[in-house]
Amino acid sequence: MTNELTLDKKADTRRLDEMAQGLLGTPMDRPEGVLKVTGKAIYADEERPSNLAYGYLVRATGPIGRIVSTNKDEIAKMPGVVAVIEEADLPRNSVQGATPTAAPTRGDRIDYIGQPLALVVADGFEEARHAAQAMTAVMEADTGLHFDPEAPGASIETPEAKQASQGDLDAAMASAAFTLDEEYHTSSMHSAAMEPHATIAEWKDGKLTMRGAYQMLKFNQKSVSDALDLDLSQIRLLSPFVGGGFGSKLGIAPEAIAAALASKAVGRPVSVAMHRRQVFETTTHRSATKQKVRLAADKDGKLIGVGHDNLVYNLPGEKFSEPTTQATPFTYAGENRVIGHHIARLHRPAAGSVRAPGEAVGATVFEMAMDEMAEKLDLDPIEFRVRNIPDLDPSKGIPFSENRMEAVLRDGAERFGWKHTKPKQRLEDGWWIGTGVAAAVRVNMMSETSARVRLTQDGAVVETDMTDIGTGTYAILTQVAGELLGLPANRVETRLGDSDFPKAFGSGGSVGASSSGTAVYLACMELRQNIAAALGVEETDLTLKDGRAISGNVAKPLTEIVPGEGWSATGTVKGGKAGSLVRQATWGSCFAEVAVNAVTGETRVRRMLGSFAAGRILNEKTAKSQCIGGMTWGLGMALHEELVHDPRDGHMVNRDLAEYHVPANLDVPQIEAHLLMEDRDDWANPVQAKGIGELGISGTGAAVINAIYNACGVRIRSLPGTLDKILAELP
Amino acid sequence: MQVSLDINGASVALDLDARTTLLDALRNHAGLTGSKKGCDHGQCGACTVMVNGRRINSCLTLAVMHEDDEITTVEGLAEGNTLSPLQRAFISHDGFQCGYCTPGQLCSATAMLDEAAKGWPSNVTADLENATPLTDEEISERMSGNICRCSCYPGIVEAIREAADAPAQKTGAEA
Repeated sequence: MTNELTLDKKADTRRLDEMAQGLLGTPMDRPEGVLKVTGKAIYADEERPSNLAYGYLVRATGPIGRIVSTNKDEIAKMPGVVAVIEEADLPRNSVQGATPTAAPTRGDRIDYIGQPLALVVADGFEEARHAAQAMTAVMEADTGLHFDPEAPGASIETPEAKQASQGDLDAAMASAAFTLDEEYHTSSMHSAAMEPHATIAEWKDGKLTMRGAYQMLKFNQKSVSDALDLDLSQIRLLSPFVGGGFGSKLGIAPEAIAAALASKAVGRPVSVAMHRRQVFETTTHRSATKQKVRLAADKDGKLIGVGHDNLVYNLPGEKFSEPTTQATPFTYAGENRVIGHHIARLHRPAAGSVRAPGEAVGATVFEMAMDEMAEKLDLDPIEFRVRNIPDLDPSKGIPFSENRMEAVLRDGAERFGWKHTKPKQRLEDGWWIGTGVAAAVRVNMMSETSARVRLTQDGAVVETDMTDIGTGTYAILTQVAGELLGLPANRVETRLGDSDFPKAFGSGGSVGASSSGTAVYLACMELRQNIAAALGVEETDLTLKDGRAISGNVAKPLTEIVPGEGWSATGTVKGGKAGSLVRQATWGSCFAEVAVNAVTGETRVRRMLGSFAAGRILNEKTAKSQCIGGMTWGLGMALHEELVHDPRDGHMVNRDLAEYHVPANLDVPQIEAHLLMEDRDDWANPVQAKGIGELGISGTGAAVINAIYNACGVRIRSLPGTLDKILAELP
Repeated sequence: MQVSLDINGASVALDLDARTTLLDALRNHAGLTGSKKGCDHGQCGACTVMVNGRRINSCLTLAVMHEDDEITTVEGLAEGNTLSPLQRAFISHDGFQCGYCTPGQLCSATAMLDEAAKGWPSNVTADLENATPLTDEEISERMSGNICRCSCYPGIVEAIREAADAPAQKTGAEA
């Protein structure tokens, strides 16, 4: 049985609110929690099939250019070495997200320093690593390459489809009572998920099985098929547990194809786990941005003009460019608007999607600018924002599915105890204390997704190739199915991360929970029809609770209704016109209290609180954890995270966790995240749920930066706001 | 070379390349993949195990150096099917999301509670003469060698605080 729905209109019922199980939305513990705290959850590089060989990638150390020769023959003779895979079709870098094709291949070239040159396969991990580190190449260096987006002569693309203009912003700026025209910078950043990318590849009877760290199996399987010229039926991908992704595992990384090639060459299963430094260089990172924000406001603080121009970069041949201004067209009012987008082609490691591509850096910078503008207007920054919440999407003229900006700002303000104050008011024990606020906004998207639910007398089994990268998929799909089928969580089993299961979009773009949740909903609605038919009642008259079906005077356990072989239903949801008839987004506010050391300029975040609205919340606990995680990323972007590229050759200087600073425990206060639990977005889908995994980073870092200004009067316009940028201007 | 390791109370005989780290011995040879490799550089803490009750980064030490040592990994924290108070608290406070850093966090927290109970100071301990309560700041500082990129630090701190406050714990918060 199948149940398909294309989202062309607003949902006309809220069936989940009529259910009786009381499971959905609750802060239920993760069902896979026990596996994770006992070390029994099996991640990418943890199966140990017999006769396993180990592969270690060889890092190209430069210069960039043509590979003339390598010492492959010498390496092949080293102790324990089984093979040296040095082939033209080794991937250059990770595949971009939601891309069903292979990555650009190495060919006879190295395009960036750190690119995989080869793979050494040996009996033991230590032998493979030693031999890989001994491998060298003779290179013929390219000339005239560019490594810095702002260096003279850098190739800059300005694609026409990515520029937008309406009204006359220049005239608005000239006539406005108040204006802002400032330039901001954000640094390159890395996902730095805790689990390095890894794959164990094994061929058996012409079929390739790859156990790996992948976020989107549907696309990943197609990329493998394209890279190795295999039918999809010959490829099975397994990712039951993924140790974080944050965009870096959207597309398969070079180790995956290298492992498959090696396993075929040596006729053994091969494990290739990338070293942390290889993860930094060969998987995609977030491009640095240069952003110019222009704001024009009338004397009452109403925006009449908005300009947002940005420069990002990527390697030649990569289609992705950081969509910095993604939320700018609809977040705030203003009839005169200009969007600009420019891409520098550089020979740095490839850029790609990192948690909330676009808003993470675009909304954050815009929220920094909004704070500056509020000060010019002498307005409470919350009031300034509220005055500029548009009635319609000001760029497209379409309504919002719902706009919760004011609700989350007011809710957060009350919980935080927000008071608008002038800067430099509190100097306590050698620390300047200040508070700041920022809004968060992230576009909401749906994408084609299927899930199968089997109902037997024992309970229900949910199957989809969707992944749980820490986001809570195991919990929420269990809850959606349990709620609709009237089963407690321990009678629902959710199985994920197997490409043989029905295809989901995958974990990316905050699409997963709403899309997979809806697919499970559709499958369960079909099963409810079966139950109703068996009882001879209407589905809408059916109450399912704790394994019993009740309708009117009839009450029967499901064990007496469901046939021995059970029922199976597949739900499929597809994005439709609802995505373009209305503007769908998620909304948040973030408040921070910081202390800036009056002598050193060091900033410590003392308090951080957020309020978020994303439609129906499927699990209060896991949704809050996503928001707290996102806010911590905002804190990291504001204060710590900065990938440094050598301007001479583009190489990533600080490519590990000692030198690339992600927030550690003591950097992070006991952050609070609050959710508008009653929120429902009927335009999103019949579950009324939207994505929440990226909202927490989409602007929140600005609260920290704005708080620094409130504390000590120093405006940071280049992230991260490290102490050297504060020190010189301290009062 | 032949090495005999005492892991979670069991003696395990392994034939290892002398360059094998304790972490790789556990993961690649002893069948214990609970301990995680996040950086292989002593930067992230995902590989934390306890050796003779002290927490160490198992990626920064060679297996052959631990012939007579008692090694405890995440697989050894529960007693049979009974989770330790820390393991239970990590689940209820959502002290993890992806779960990859969790084994290291748990081993680190287990040893850390013991260090605190013994009165060992940390970098944020203001008074070295008298017993200092295990505040959130103390917990955070003492756990800062274990990175969690999902950023579950607030839940981790709550979980550790709950386990530390639990009465009659063998980690001996009152000792």
